[in-house]
Amino acid sequence: MRIAVCVKQVPDTTEVKVDPRTGTLIREGVPSIINPFDQYAVEEAVRLRDAAGGGEIVAISMGPPQARSVLIHSLALGADRGILLSDRGFAGADTWATALTLALAIKKAGEFDLVLCGMQAIDGDTAQVGPELAQLLGIPQITCVDKVDLDGKKVVARKLVDEGFEVLEAKMPVLLTFMTPSDFVPSNPPFSKISKAQKKPLETWGIKEVDGDPEKLGLKGSFTTVTKVYSPPRREKAVMLEGSPEEIARKLADILGKEGFF
Amino acid sequence: MADPIQVDLEKCTGCGLCVKACPFDAVTVVDKKAAIDERCVLCSACVQACPTEAIRIERREVKVDLSAYRDVWVFAEVGEGCAKGVSFELLGKASELAKELKQQVCAVLLGHEVRRYADILAENGAGRVFVAEHELLARYNTDLYSTVISGLIMKHRPNIVLFPATKLGRDLAPRVAATVGLGLTADCTGLSIHDGMLLQTRPAFGGNIMADILCPHTRPQMATVRPNVMPKPVPRRGMKAGIVDVPVKIDQKSIRVHVKEQVKTCAVGGKKIEESDVVVAGGRAACEGDGFEVLQKLADELNGVVGASRVAIDMNRKPKSVQVGQSGITVSPKLYVVCGVSGAIQHTVGMRGSKLVVAVNTDPGATIFEFSQYGIVGDLFQVIPALTAEIRKRKGR
Repeated sequence: MRIAVCVKQVPDTTEVKVDPRTGTLIREGVPSIINPFDQYAVEEAVRLRDAAGGGEIVAISMGPPQARSVLIHSLALGADRGILLSDRGFAGADTWATALTLALAIKKAGEFDLVLCGMQAIDGDTAQVGPELAQLLGIPQITCVDKVDLDGKKVVARKLVDEGFEVLEAKMPVLLTFMTPSDFVPSNPPFSKISKAQKKPLETWGIKEVDGDPEKLGLKGSFTTVTKVYSPPRREKAVMLEGSPEEIARKLADILGKEGFF
Repeated sequence: MADPIQVDLEKCTGCGLCVKACPFDAVTVVDKKAAIDERCVLCSACVQACPTEAIRIERREVKVDLSAYRDVWVFAEVGEGCAKGVSFELLGKASELAKELKQQVCAVLLGHEVRRYADILAENGAGRVFVAEHELLARYNTDLYSTVISGLIMKHRPNIVLFPATKLGRDLAPRVAATVGLGLTADCTGLSIHDGMLLQTRPAFGGNIMADILCPHTRPQMATVRPNVMPKPVPRRGMKAGIVDVPVKIDQKSIRVHVKEQVKTCAVGGKKIEESDVVVAGGRAACEGDGFEVLQKLADELNGVVGASRVAIDMNRKPKSVQVGQSGITVSPKLYVVCGVSGAIQHTVGMRGSKLVVAVNTDPGATIFEFSQYGIVGDLFQVIPALTAEIRKRKGR
């Protein structure tokens, strides 16, 4: 069983604070972490590899040199090999150019039975790279999966849909994107595993190593262009309603009635 | 290769505004000049912030004839026996965009025996409806739907294609985008026409920043659009659309993913939380005693549904299908009443698109009040029943 798992380094958006005076992001002291959905994908990769009786998990991350730390983390969780896709020519990639870069790297790294991704990254929240990557690799996709098992050469995955969930089956190779189940507690690898992870193979690949065309990757290969980044319009401070529960209820009913809610 | 982002050292005054503007911590001032390191993702925040126009990003300039691409398309998602509400929201927005471009609104309708929905799409703004019917399309399948829609796009060359940012839309749209080899912007909360192009606005960083995005050199311009953000149009009764029958050639063999089981977990006979105008949500405090029943009574009076923060799902008080937040769903109702939720970003990211937020919390310092228009420091077990009673009284019961 060979599994490729795509991981991204993201700022811990739960730690991002907005400067109340200027309305801009305060990035100082915000830790960089592995995207939580990707952490689940790595842990599932390890479980599936072991259930299949062994194999190889290749963790792949595209990002600046600092993103190496999420690969070390993935190796400590049990991945066997890491590939860091880092090149200034990859920078500024939209989801299409990102998926294209990952597809080139995965093809270069050999044949895979499974390609696993987090459903979305918590900094961009697009959920587009997984399906785009599946199409570029020419394999089927099952998105928004919270549970998966193997059945011979097939995977059986529980996919969350708008109405509830579906149990889907597909022959490998297939790409899955993971949503974390509510009872998921991410493992924190102990120091011994982190130090062992440092000895596992971890390569850095650039445009040359993935046989990429610099005109088709990064900012140049992107179809969409960010023209402006700004703070969302700030809400006025909440109006606090005071009094006895009955007084508050009357005030609130006035407001909700005026807005036509009943 | 030269870095696409360059600082003109003669123009740079070392003022440091770019350092503050950078969301990625990639800019520093070294020897009184801005220096950009490899953490830069070319988001252009520094370019906008620079008062002396010292920072430039080299972009691809391609000149292609884009005038051959016309019309604004909406993928009409079909639910239980009807087109979904979000389809109407998209048609409303598409009508606005098409009017400005002097082009037509077209709906794309896929399924089995779905032709009967063409009229209601017309009444909500579609001038033309592409109808692709096949029994294998009765149930959503990524490959089949993507194949049919990609074929239509390549043949008819629309200018803009909008998909709903539902779970289905977010599974389908990127597959289509990669099939036709085009750009796609996710989960937009704003769309407008800017210099003849589609200006797409979306939140990022858990809603902490907004980004404006263009797709300058290729057509169609494609986006998924967040449900419950765009207003539904006022239907124009009796309107008819031109129907375009789409020949569908697909067979069982092209299905690579098979459905073994389907389980509907959303409230039986009830409204789905994403489509509800009113959501009454509870957190830890609502997990005590009959907290969620108390909330349900208020929701019933307001014709709304009950939502929950993650803790209530972990404690088995509410099903996963009503979990609002990062690992749950995103809602943007007209009214969000939130009780006993502290306001951690994991929750607020799922509700900050709500129009009117009323928060009830015993802690006056709770972060949730920063996301609310009205706040009540108090116990939900006192405030909510009083409110429910007051509303009942005013309704004359």
